[in-house]
Amino acid sequence: MRKNIDLVATAVRRLRQGMRLMVGVPRYDAYVEHMRTTHPDRPVMSYPEFFRERQEARYNGKVGRCC
Amino acid sequence: MTVLPRLIDPLPGDMPTMRHLSAKLGWLAFSILGACALAVVALQHGEPIGAIWIVIATVCVYTIAYRFYSRFIARRVLGLDATRMTPAHKFNDGLDYVPTNRYVLFGHHFAAIAGAGPLVGPILAAQMGYMPGMLWLLAGVVFAGAVQDFIVLFISTRRDGRSLGDLIKSELGQVPGMIALFGTFFIMLILLAVLALIVVKALAESPWGTFTVAATIPIALLMGVYARFIRPGAIGEVSLMGFALLMLSIVAGQYVQEIPSMAALFTLTGEQLTWMLIGYGFVASVLPVWLLLAPRDYLSTFLKIGTIVGLALGVILVSPTLKMPAFTQFTDGSGPVWSGSLFPFLFITIACGAVSGFHSLIASGTTPKMIRNEGDARFIGYGAMLMESFVAIMALVAASTIEPGVYFAMNSPAALLGTTAESAAQAIAQWGFHVTPEMIVQTAQDVGERTVISRTGGAPTLAVGMAQILSDAIGGRTLMAFWYHFAILFEALFILTAVDAGTRAGRFMLQDLLGSFVPWMGRTDSTLASLLATAVCVAGWGYFLYQGVVDPLGGINTLWPLFGISNQMLAGIALILCTCVLFKMKRDRYAWVTLVPATWVMVCTQTAAWQKIFDANPRIGFLAHADKYREALAEGLLLAPAQSAEQMRQVVFNDYVNASLAGLFMLVLASMLLFGLRTALRARRTDRVTTREAPFQPLPADAAAGH
Repeated sequence: MRKNIDLVATAVRRLRQGMRLMVGVPRYDAYVEHMRTTHPDRPVMSYPEFFRERQEARYNGKVGRCC
Repeated sequence: MTVLPRLIDPLPGDMPTMRHLSAKLGWLAFSILGACALAVVALQHGEPIGAIWIVIATVCVYTIAYRFYSRFIARRVLGLDATRMTPAHKFNDGLDYVPTNRYVLFGHHFAAIAGAGPLVGPILAAQMGYMPGMLWLLAGVVFAGAVQDFIVLFISTRRDGRSLGDLIKSELGQVPGMIALFGTFFIMLILLAVLALIVVKALAESPWGTFTVAATIPIALLMGVYARFIRPGAIGEVSLMGFALLMLSIVAGQYVQEIPSMAALFTLTGEQLTWMLIGYGFVASVLPVWLLLAPRDYLSTFLKIGTIVGLALGVILVSPTLKMPAFTQFTDGSGPVWSGSLFPFLFITIACGAVSGFHSLIASGTTPKMIRNEGDARFIGYGAMLMESFVAIMALVAASTIEPGVYFAMNSPAALLGTTAESAAQAIAQWGFHVTPEMIVQTAQDVGERTVISRTGGAPTLAVGMAQILSDAIGGRTLMAFWYHFAILFEALFILTAVDAGTRAGRFMLQDLLGSFVPWMGRTDSTLASLLATAVCVAGWGYFLYQGVVDPLGGINTLWPLFGISNQMLAGIALILCTCVLFKMKRDRYAWVTLVPATWVMVCTQTAAWQKIFDANPRIGFLAHADKYREALAEGLLLAPAQSAEQMRQVVFNDYVNASLAGLFMLVLASMLLFGLRTALRARRTDRVTTREAPFQPLPADAAAGH
């Protein structure tokens, strides 16, 4: 039972993560984690800053949308 | 010296190994089921079949191809290495390069490759019956499309996630790289023109449709402001809000249609819509992205995925009967929807659902930067393309469930049908399909439109098919008009997003290309240079769009083959790259895996382009069409749609432009073939591996373990 609940929770989390990545926004917690462990000296973007940075990156690139 | 692949067993992309007899028996049973389903589909002489047989056959073919062929490619041909460093780990920045779960990345990749192409192509192909389209969708994806996507993804992943242009530059040379970029820019223009044409054809003279699509602009603006200032980055929240407003706008559209003054306001001709779209395309692509593009992208992405899932469920649950025959007499090339014989034009028409060159840009774009383990490339590259092909099969099913007479009434040009239900029914009866004027009128009434005659472009046909399937599942006839306009909105929404994003991308490509010759044009921070490049892009696709809208043969007849040719040309380029890389890896023995599809795609593309230019039939050959108008002009005659000698000259000019473009595509592909041959021969002459892969580094132990 416990295991099944965990499975569903994982599935829901992945689904949410997948839907956000579909519109170009990766995991914010992974970004923060990465900055903490690898670049503790550098400033970490807040979520709104992170969101804006990703938005600009997604739509101001050379790869368009597929047919 | 040949480098042997470091094979790890099992690779992450594998299903459990089948040591047990039961597993083998399972696969055998599965194969038999697939064969039976195919037999049911193939051997039904004259008796209509349920769509579920097509679904079963398709799923069996895909599963077997994935399990056996993609595994063969992964292990023998490419030698995927689960211990190798991937760009996501190497350059991890938490932004572009992020190691990502394979299922999550699959969704991302699928959403990026799925567009209007796989929906429209099979619908147009249905004029030859459902069988030719279905067979090519199955064979094409298994041996060409999915192979291309998978191998390009693999190549890019092994080279720090670089783009297709860069990969060609480093593996084939600087010049072929430039040629490929140049070709890609023209594909973009034709793609945007044909997508915009589909929207124009779907919305012309349809106040309900036009109102709902127009409503997406204020809805998106509202969402944009909300996600920027009120609740920054709340994607889920703002998308739900937008979705609710969209549904409201569909409901409101019906009232708009019923109030005469409002209906008049939103009843627009094709030409009016064209000018509006051109203006919209320019403005939308210079506005800040957060205001209009991003929020509409959320809506279109989620609606796209949702609708595809809904359509698949609908087809499986309802299992509608296929009314289109397996083959029609139009396999000889005399069809009214598009002209040209089965070879090569069926392959050009279907394009995206079987093999799409555009995917090579996505497979060398964001996806390789997020692959957590090289072994995932099989599931994501090969798997997502199988899914895309399944979407195309759904579209084919939707088109085939419509009464064939109604299908031809919707998809044939007005020049052949006239404008009344009586004239249309008469013309179609002569082709041997039974349809009454009442059936045509009834279809229009059911979906809440004034007419369905000559609503070419594929979108209205898909919408009628979807409305029939979905209303069978939910709501019955009363909800049919709602589902029809829902389907139109869904298509228009993601096409407009593509137009907007594509114009931006085209502008960057153009600035990139021009920057090599005129440095100040390359500066993307210069307002003047950006506006100029945007204007050139919009003028480029706007020109083709306008010429398509006023074409009496419906525009699709001209533009869709050009689009298909350009798309297959890019697929040819990508497959040439893959083949060269295999030779450079010293996997000559397996080079047929990409060499065979590359040859097939090139033969189809070059033959189709040749026929589009030189065929003696003015419905196929651009030059023959130009001659027809020139001769008439010389005799002082006017041919529709031209109403003056000036317009006659314009038609002739358009024909020459189209012929030149087709010629350009032929040249691009031919030159790439020569560069490819040179690279492959050089690789064969040496006995060393000569690929330009990033040097081997082991995947960090914790990363490999966390898989």
